[in-house]
Amino acid sequence: MAQHKVNYLQEGGLPVALTTVDKLVQWGRSNSLWALTYGLACCAIEMMASGASRYDFDRFGTIFRASPRQADVMVVAGTLTKKHAEFIRRLYDQMAEPKWVISMGSCANTGGMFNTYATVQGCDRVIPVDIYLPGCAPRPETLQYAVMMLQKKIRRESAFQKLKPKRLV
Amino acid sequence: MRRYTDKTNAQAKSYHTDRFYQVPQTPKAAVDSDEIFAADYKSLSAKFDIKDAYIEIGQLVVIIDPKDNKEVMTHLRDKCGYTFLSEMSAMDYLAKDGEYEIFYQLLAMKKRKRMRVKCRLKEEHAIESLYDVYKSADWAEREMFDMLGVKVNNHPYMKRILMPEDWEGHPLLKTYPLVGDEAGQWYEIDKIFGKEYRDVVGPENRDTKRIDPKDTKNFARIGHEVGYGEKPVSKPDHAYDEFQEEGGVPLITRFTKENQKTLKERK
Repeated sequence: MAQHKVNYLQEGGLPVALTTVDKLVQWGRSNSLWALTYGLACCAIEMMASGASRYDFDRFGTIFRASPRQADVMVVAGTLTKKHAEFIRRLYDQMAEPKWVISMGSCANTGGMFNTYATVQGCDRVIPVDIYLPGCAPRPETLQYAVMMLQKKIRRESAFQKLKPKRLV
Repeated sequence: MRRYTDKTNAQAKSYHTDRFYQVPQTPKAAVDSDEIFAADYKSLSAKFDIKDAYIEIGQLVVIIDPKDNKEVMTHLRDKCGYTFLSEMSAMDYLAKDGEYEIFYQLLAMKKRKRMRVKCRLKEEHAIESLYDVYKSADWAEREMFDMLGVKVNNHPYMKRILMPEDWEGHPLLKTYPLVGDEAGQWYEIDKIFGKEYRDVVGPENRDTKRIDPKDTKNFARIGHEVGYGEKPVSKPDHAYDEFQEEGGVPLITRFTKENQKTLKERK
């Protein structure tokens, strides 16, 4: 028997923490939310500011990815035009499950001030949205808050949800 | 007593109309009043049929026949030194006259003069492309077609430039509704999901002020969430303030209202 063997029962207790698989998995998921860079208009500037050093999204585990295959959350930052609507749907479909969507700013929420023929009146007409973030444009703190609310939401969810036929919108 | 007026949607209506309003007109001078413009006009009118010409705010305006727009522009470029087409587009006078008004804004850099060539085009007629004369006409003519439906002949790549290719209608026409016609309003739904899906998504709802906490199909309040379509629950409002769960999250720094810092001044 090796000399360095530690008697866990006597020194510091068992190296075991009891938890549920749900909690463990969702804890991991919620703390590495990789976001798809999806800047469509001026909100993208605030989104980039949130990712940069002053607001530092990395400490939340949120790292921007340029590919939908590697992303967990899509931050729709800006005005969604009707010409672009099919591409946002395609990118959303390309993201692997589980996936979430933050609709950032007035334009993505409801079309904002662009009540015109060319603008999608809310990106929830095309993709399902988890968090609506008000503001024009929302400050980086607001986006951080949205991410923390999303983390909270993810931790409440069960890890192994049957993939229900999802409502499209 | 004051006469009763309907107050429905009063804020969106203009409440003041001036019955005696007259559209201000800019003064128009004769072409002879400027030497350079007079010379340009002389060389132009010798070759082409000019319907009208005058000087307006220091710029020569020439109204021509739409049939010889290319010859006129070639003449202006080669003989008169207007080497730069800074802007061109059209205006919709279809309801009034059944015509488009097309204008070309030109600049002669050596002479430091600007001029404008205008012509009236019947709706069903097409205008000749200026692609061979000025390269800047390329995208401008495509935009003119896209936005107003002006037909352009002999353009090398005539298709829509701003709107999607399968878009119906031309949005800058006066007859086009601001929020789009039926095809425009349902464009993204028809394209992505198909026409059958219109009933599921519903029409565009622009009322951003409408919030209904009892409608849990469309609304969820932070800290008070319930499942889709379930009955709303009432919780104390402080749930809204909590960044994380009560017990905290393992290995993650706990954020609370108490331990956050507000900077008094910029560092």
